[in-house]
Amino acid sequence: MIPAAFDYQRAGSVDEAIGLLTQNGEDAKLIAGGHSLLPLMKLRLAAPAVLVDIGRIGDLSYVQGDGGEVRIGALTRHHDAANSDLLREQVPLLAHVAGQIGDPQVRHRGTLGGSVAHGDPASDLPAALLALRATLVARGPGGERTIAADDFFTGFLETALAPDEVLTEIRVPATAGAGWAFEKFNRRAQDWAIVGVAAVLANGSGGPGVGLVNMGSQPLRAAGVEDALRSGSGAADAAARAAEGADPPADLNASPEYRRHLAEVLVRRALQAAGA
Amino acid sequence: MTATDETTAASGGAFGQRLLRKEDARLLTGEGRFVDDLAIPGALWLGMVRSPFAHARIGNIDASAALAMPGVRQVLTGEDLNDSYLSPMPCAWPVTDDMKAPEHWPIATGKACYVGDIVAVVVADSRYGVADAVDAVVVDYDPLPAVSDLEEAAGDSVVIHDALGTNRSYTWALSPDPAAVEAAFASAAHTVSETYVQQRLIPEAMEPRGVAAVPGVYGGDLTFYSATQIPHILKVQIAAVCGVPEHKVRVVAPSVGGGFGSKLNVYAEELIAVAVARRLGVPTRWTESRSENAVATIQGRGQIQHMELAADADGKVTAVRATLTADMGAYLQLVTPGIPLLGAFLYHGVYDVPAYHFECTGVFTNKTPTDAYRGAGRPEATYAIERAMDALARQVGVDGAEIRRRNYIRPEQFPYASIAGLTYDSGNYAPTLDRALELVGYDGIRAEQQRRRGAGETKHLGVGISTYVEMCGLAPSRVLASLNFGAGGWEAATVRMLPTGSVQVVSGSTPHGQGHETTWSQIVADRMGIDPDSVEVLHSDTAISPLGLDTYGSRSLAVGGIAVAMATDQVIAKAKAIAAHQLEASEDDIELTAGELSVRGTPAKAMPIQATAFEAFTAHNLPDGMEPNLQATVTYDPPNFVFPFGTHVAVVEVDEETGRVELIDYAAVDDCGPQVNPMIVEGQLHGGIVQGVAQALWEEAIYDEDGNLRNATMVDYLVPSAAEMPSLKLDHTVTPSPTNPLGVKGIGEAGTIGAASTVINAVVDALSHLGITDMAMPAHPERVWSAIQAARESQPTTGSEVES
Amino acid sequence: MRITLSVNGEERSSEIEPRRLLVHYLRDDLGLTGTNVGCDTSSCGACTVLLDGESVKSCTMLAVQADGREVTTIEGLAATAGASNGDATLHPMQQAFHTEHGLQCGFCTPGMVMAAVSLLAENPHPSEEDVRVGLEGNLCRCTGYHNIVRSVLAAADAESPATTGSAVPA
Repeated sequence: MIPAAFDYQRAGSVDEAIGLLTQNGEDAKLIAGGHSLLPLMKLRLAAPAVLVDIGRIGDLSYVQGDGGEVRIGALTRHHDAANSDLLREQVPLLAHVAGQIGDPQVRHRGTLGGSVAHGDPASDLPAALLALRATLVARGPGGERTIAADDFFTGFLETALAPDEVLTEIRVPATAGAGWAFEKFNRRAQDWAIVGVAAVLANGSGGPGVGLVNMGSQPLRAAGVEDALRSGSGAADAAARAAEGADPPADLNASPEYRRHLAEVLVRRALQAAGA
Repeated sequence: MTATDETTAASGGAFGQRLLRKEDARLLTGEGRFVDDLAIPGALWLGMVRSPFAHARIGNIDASAALAMPGVRQVLTGEDLNDSYLSPMPCAWPVTDDMKAPEHWPIATGKACYVGDIVAVVVADSRYGVADAVDAVVVDYDPLPAVSDLEEAAGDSVVIHDALGTNRSYTWALSPDPAAVEAAFASAAHTVSETYVQQRLIPEAMEPRGVAAVPGVYGGDLTFYSATQIPHILKVQIAAVCGVPEHKVRVVAPSVGGGFGSKLNVYAEELIAVAVARRLGVPTRWTESRSENAVATIQGRGQIQHMELAADADGKVTAVRATLTADMGAYLQLVTPGIPLLGAFLYHGVYDVPAYHFECTGVFTNKTPTDAYRGAGRPEATYAIERAMDALARQVGVDGAEIRRRNYIRPEQFPYASIAGLTYDSGNYAPTLDRALELVGYDGIRAEQQRRRGAGETKHLGVGISTYVEMCGLAPSRVLASLNFGAGGWEAATVRMLPTGSVQVVSGSTPHGQGHETTWSQIVADRMGIDPDSVEVLHSDTAISPLGLDTYGSRSLAVGGIAVAMATDQVIAKAKAIAAHQLEASEDDIELTAGELSVRGTPAKAMPIQATAFEAFTAHNLPDGMEPNLQATVTYDPPNFVFPFGTHVAVVEVDEETGRVELIDYAAVDDCGPQVNPMIVEGQLHGGIVQGVAQALWEEAIYDEDGNLRNATMVDYLVPSAAEMPSLKLDHTVTPSPTNPLGVKGIGEAGTIGAASTVINAVVDALSHLGITDMAMPAHPERVWSAIQAARESQPTTGSEVES
Repeated sequence: MRITLSVNGEERSSEIEPRRLLVHYLRDDLGLTGTNVGCDTSSCGACTVLLDGESVKSCTMLAVQADGREVTTIEGLAATAGASNGDATLHPMQQAFHTEHGLQCGFCTPGMVMAAVSLLAENPHPSEEDVRVGLEGNLCRCTGYHNIVRSVLAAADAESPATTGSAVPA
């Protein structure tokens, strides 16, 4: 219940945060809304020596349209993303998914950047970003770089972010009128998904995008399903390939076999709801 | 609805009103004082070092790093502290003379026997500091093989308590006529033989447990605050076990945030806090975290039930045979061994059954001890008989409603002398079934169920029924004696009218959400004809309420409320005597109407009842021989249990593709006799039902084979939220109890007692067309989906089957 | 570290450890014990307070994160209500919980009430389903939620009677 003691630093800007990360090295973790990190710290599953609080950096919370793309500041809260008229219009899948995370109190604090940088395969947002072919923008001592969502999630709770980098923005191609759906299967409304499916029929690359929640040790795309859809398969046939390449975990809620089955059912339902 | 005495009818008063609760104002504004809220100046915080192993020898305990931390005062082991106690931790219910009970000290020495067993206690000056220090204590454990599975434990492959030589603690049987049972099974046209598992549950009261022990500076007195349901019993135990003279012990249950039986106990942390406080001469306090609660606070249920019915060709049950194996956990807590036996008499439920056998073997395992959890033995009994009745219905070829109607005890049979030795006080079961079916629109649901099956739809509807009876209002003291229970079952109340006319009720009950302050006020106000707002109810502090046996077992109204009513009546009688004397009339001619005492036939000669209190206070003009003051104390020992009953019906929808079960409708028609406050009754039913539904669909304490609890947090132990539940349809009938003057029965546990079997019967019903006849609890999606897969694979497809 | 924040309309300034959770700061340092700790995994919502008017779980915030912000706890809720409610000492949501018997032991109640206040602020005309899902982050063990839902719908009706079409379940 009580986190271990730590040293606390506040960053007033991204550059300051980078400086503090560089200075403290492996001992430091960023904290924004804290709803990925603090629960771990309270159970003492994580005990960083230094917390760098970026929660007050003023100019990292925004949702802006820019041509065919929507740019979202990393500190945008789930609540604000879910209620953004622009996002709901331009990338409705993402706005909807943000509104399904946790519960209302979590959504008032948690940020898209914080959630995504945590790299949890059980989180909803990564699946949506993979389906949408999003791009993540990171800034470090060497400057700014963009990372495709496909390259961003590298392992269990691991991302392509370097220890001294700060995720600053999420860029998502607008999908506007394309069919989309999000199927989140859980036992209680506040729970993480046992399996989740984020689907959009036409993402920024012009093709179908299907991301899976909790079907592996990292967030992943249902590449087999996308492939089938591109070849003209209907929802049911495409869904049969839902678990291709996935290595779903066993836990208290489900066996791998059941997750594979669920993925098929949920992909089919998502595609049908999206209009495939 | 019948009034049960002329006082109620005459005053037309507070009894039966949906009076809003007096308890609410402080709780709604944050002014409740739960134990962790108390400001205890100078208190040292205690932290418990707990075994992470289910079974291990305790080796060296290195506290050096902890002691070096700022603010850490002491680290105490069992060797240091256990000689503070005159005796080990109490088990108040040795159910058999040969029951095997391990010696159980507050801090384990030698061996830890379950994950959570305390091996050392840290004393520090802050909440945060003690958490750090607990983490820093290094204990050498030598892990031993642990036994987690109940049947394996019963086989003694790993014996937990060497001194006992076996894990089997006791076998207790209720078998009035074994030959009759044998004969019934031998000649039965139909037999049912089923095995059910009552999974372990974590009670999860929203307030974690906590204590604060405040020793007197001089004179050795002790004030002990605890989030407890049993301050009176705890006081006796603190005196007996800790050696504090009982007259110097004051136990206070401040605001308590739910109990459900889990705070009906004498816990190690309580005794440790007392011992350390007395040793150091300073207050000590402790509050558990939620994941600590999961292993440190008792768990509920934990049984394997083998249930058999014998029946004739019409499905009339001729015998019930129930054999249980009950999981005690590693030790016997206060009433651990007796919990299964609280259901022992009820495995034939609401049915008129002539032959009966019940047997239970209690078995130790390397897990948290079990003890009372809402219903305590009776949900288990109801589950077994109500599941078995559905199985019988399937065999006989009738539906669940019909098999029940054929077997109900009939209204004219009450009071009903059951084969198990109870006298059910009153009952009328069929109307509750009729009404519950009506509330869910039973015929329409059946029609829709059939339509979906015929159309090959994959979302299946199911209807489940349970009719329950339970025995509560614990309990006639002599019956408890016959069961070897260590305490009595009476309850005490003092009612006093103060000189200026307001009323104090001192009750021995210990409410923790049940609204006793409101309810007892209504009883008094109704009888006296006064405003319930002028009645103050005092409780939960042994200095203020010295006599009581506390709150559990749905006893507070049926025992405690009767004591309040009887004491009120004695006060009224004395008030009448004062009025008669002062109004110069005969006592027989004094009437009490709407709070006014008057002489029959001479309405001008009257005085408000409050005036007699002032007269009793001044004592200027009382009848010869009458003591001053206007108060009465009654201790009521009930002559019988009371037997609330009802029928619950659940409608579920099972999604064949995912196995998800959704509860889409739930109707409960319950009968607890006349209702003092229907709003409070409904609230108890709502909460109780949801806990029973939660057992059916979500909850289970999951242990691995090494005795590790895998879901100690509220992320993984699934207490449902509002989003998971529908609104509930409640109705009621009123069949008064002849047992007590108010005709009332308890209702606090009834909702839970009826619910789990109702929901599981519905799930099985939803899948009956696939040949499914059983579903274990909780019926989580994968379990249901797997059962459907297995059923489909083992069945040849017929014309009405669905191609997947 | 020193923090300065507004708590129930009053400025408070304290020197605290960075790891101090907001809930412990409120309870132990400021003596505002109405906000309760019911779990250790951000699951139960008993610790819910308003941060700049929005519900948050104070157990999942460091007090330092509340520096410069406005926190409202259950103790300060009534004062935020307008003068239009009949009972001057209770916020309409508190009053509704009282009238509809939305509490029993009261431990989850402060968090439940604060979550409900925030819910109505964002959705003044919720359906029953909206209320149930909107309270997904708040657990209660006593009431079975039936009357909590009635309470929130009743409060919604009370605040905007003309336009609420939601049916309060029996």
